[in-house]
Amino acid sequence: MASENGEKLDLRLNIVSDTKQQKEWISLSLRVVAFVATASATLIMALSKQTKSLVVATIGTTPLTIALTAKFLHTPAFIEQGLRLGLIAILDVMAVALAASGDGAASFMAEVGRNGNSHARWDKICDKFEAYCNRSGVALIASFLGITLLLVVNVISITKLFKLNRI
Amino acid sequence: MTKTKRVLTLFLRFLAIGATLAAVIVMVTSHDSSQVLNLTFTAKYSNEQAFKFFVIAEAIACGYSLILLLTFSQTSLWRLVLILDVVIAMLLSSSVSAAVAIAHVGKKGNTHAGWLPICGQVPKFCNHVTGALVAGFSAAIIYFLLIFSSLYSVQNTLFL
Repeated sequence: MASENGEKLDLRLNIVSDTKQQKEWISLSLRVVAFVATASATLIMALSKQTKSLVVATIGTTPLTIALTAKFLHTPAFIEQGLRLGLIAILDVMAVALAASGDGAASFMAEVGRNGNSHARWDKICDKFEAYCNRSGVALIASFLGITLLLVVNVISITKLFKLNRI
Repeated sequence: MTKTKRVLTLFLRFLAIGATLAAVIVMVTSHDSSQVLNLTFTAKYSNEQAFKFFVIAEAIACGYSLILLLTFSQTSLWRLVLILDVVIAMLLSSSVSAAVAIAHVGKKGNTHAGWLPICGQVPKFCNHVTGALVAGFSAAIIYFLLIFSSLYSVQNTLFL
């Protein structure tokens, strides 16, 4: 009887540690994919310029690159302690906020560039600089993907903090 | 969930309701018109997509905070509330930064794209929008304080 109970207990501990390892890999792989998405968004946006003979300087809208490069706040959650998980959750919230603000600003500036604003007499620029606009659009799509993944990662790290709390 | 934590959360949510409501009201009531060489130049918040998004996002956050404040006895759902708080904070920060970017172009112009600043012609509109952005920014900061206090209290109960 006692040996049976001992075996059942061992089996349960094995299952718990396996799912923990699995959740670690899920979180880590999502972080890597989110990092790749946001890094590609930064690179595409920063390296896209198009020069024409009429305009002397390269086109760039300054609020964008500053916000987009500040997204590398990833710390992999290998060691599970209460303080570290809390710090990781807080840093993740800040990363999500930064990514969201960069995203929002960039997409609305791109919308003004594509459609113009007749009320403020701002002409659209996308009919003249098509390649730049297309490349910026691709960068925006990548950053939206990145922020979705960052949000999922944040939810996972917060639920990890809750699960630790329940013990 | 101790009593002080509940009181702090309720107080922060009340502040957030006030800030988001102020942002919505100030942005919606901002309009100005001026005459430049026989042309009337009217500026309203609805001419800009980013300002419309700002109003909608702040209204969503205000409604969410009101609903939570009215049903605050449900403490069993505090985990779901924390996750929804993160989503709403993300929405708020995105809307504030989009509106600030467009307002920056409106104030300083963008010489590369040939966009002239409009604040010289409609200064009352610009001041109104600045006030609304300040309220929206403070609403976002209050939401982040809410999230940080909730996370800190969750992590503190581990050591008790």
